Amino acid sequence: MRYSIINVLKQGLAGQKGWQAAWRDATPKPQYDVVIVGGGGHGLATAYYLAKLHGITNVAVLEKGWIGSGNTGRNTTIVRSNYLLPGNEPFYEHSLKLWEGMSRDLNFNVMFSQRGVLNLCHSDAQRDAYARRGNAMLMMGADAELLDADQVRRMVRGLDFQNPRFPITGGLLQRRGGTARHDAVAWGYARAASELGVDIIQNCEVTGFVRDDDRITAVETSRGRIAAGKVGLAVAGHSSLLAEMAGIRLPIESHVLQAFVSEGLKPWIDTVVTFGAGHFYISQSDKGGLVFGGDIDGYASYAQRGNLPVVEHVAAGAVALFPALGRVRLLRSWGGVMDMTPDGSPIIGKLPIGNLYMTGGWCYGGFKATPASGWCLAHTIANDAPHALNEAMSLERFARGRAIDERGAGPRPNLH
Amino acid sequence: MLLIPCPHCGPRAEVEFRCGGEAHVVRPAEPESASDEVWRDYLFVRKSPKGVHFERWNHAHGCQRWFNVARDTVSDEILAVYRMGEAPPEVGR
Repeated sequence: MRYSIINVLKQGLAGQKGWQAAWRDATPKPQYDVVIVGGGGHGLATAYYLAKLHGITNVAVLEKGWIGSGNTGRNTTIVRSNYLLPGNEPFYEHSLKLWEGMSRDLNFNVMFSQRGVLNLCHSDAQRDAYARRGNAMLMMGADAELLDADQVRRMVRGLDFQNPRFPITGGLLQRRGGTARHDAVAWGYARAASELGVDIIQNCEVTGFVRDDDRITAVETSRGRIAAGKVGLAVAGHSSLLAEMAGIRLPIESHVLQAFVSEGLKPWIDTVVTFGAGHFYISQSDKGGLVFGGDIDGYASYAQRGNLPVVEHVAAGAVALFPALGRVRLLRSWGGVMDMTPDGSPIIGKLPIGNLYMTGGWCYGGFKATPASGWCLAHTIANDAPHALNEAMSLERFARGRAIDERGAGPRPNLH
Repeated sequence: MLLIPCPHCGPRAEVEFRCGGEAHVVRPAEPESASDEVWRDYLFVRKSPKGVHFERWNHAHGCQRWFNVARDTVSDEILAVYRMGEAPPEVGR
């Protein structure tokens, strides 16, 4: 049923008894044209775009828990396209454009709020670097504005402009950036994909692949063997484990990233602010909680919980930037497992097995990429070739010396 | 907070250390003739096990010396600590 004001009124008069479940909780069929492993935002988006744009509807999405139970529902929900490098920026800008039309496209309110993303700078050199990045963004069709310190002062309350070590000299603002409701993204894609005939299969863990020479013929799961024409992996956090089941070693290390929510407050910050001298980013949810995060824990981990030194480090960044935060109490924190790649950029494309594809290696930044990741993986699966937007993000780039090192940190997964 | 037993200084808090990633990654013996794929494996491809991981740590805010640790990536339990150049011990296999 379409969600609309007319249906809201109709259902209101009919005692709200006509609503249906948003998507079918399917049981696995013996065979699918495409099997997508991973029922997070990326996997569901891939299935949706396969069905909608490429006419491939005999598709299953396999999820080992419930949809959106992984990192899709555990992140700081920031959406932006403020990248420098040509291998990255067009992709993220395409993603941002898909975000802008997403609620209408999916007929599901994902609460995308273009409240702006402001990266603060704290030295002349950093301001120069931001000017360069802003110009690169403009050249590639995104929006960017370089603010001076007074403009930042007028825009955001509570910043410490007196900090002698990290004076705020300005910022790079992307007004079209913002936040979205993470769970709604999973639900919206699931509902839209299900309506087009995609089977969403929950509590179905992939335990292995059946190979015939250079092809995957079936997927072994906790709910039995499922034959597959093509297989797409969208399991960031665990990509290296799934690829290993298929005999492929990936340039990925799994790390834990923590995120935090404070107690609910009255409206206090109406944009997304990032600290340029530390690693700290913050916004306020519609419920009032401050949502923020920082660095990964620093060593390979599958523990879905964080360590305490990073909690302290993030808190230090928070009060260095916003001294008033010292009085705010933390409500909860959580840790999610990230695919960290050696250049900090994702891998979307074909794997060295004929009909196996992946999107993964999302490091910190998978949420904002959800729509374009699914869009590009769907294109790659349907055409057996990457789209221009994800051509640079191939796995082969590591052998060809074409790393996309946005941060310039070198081949160390824990530094990106 | 991990309590890491530095082989030179004894047990110290995690904040004194930096993790240097996977241990026992060997540089190609003949760099002139190594293929792109060999260089890729050396520079970029890393083990990411859900379980025992052999990794290098540096006691950055202590003796500043490097050593190897065998650690479980799920429980964070440190199973063995051994010096650079030593073979990985038989643990948890």
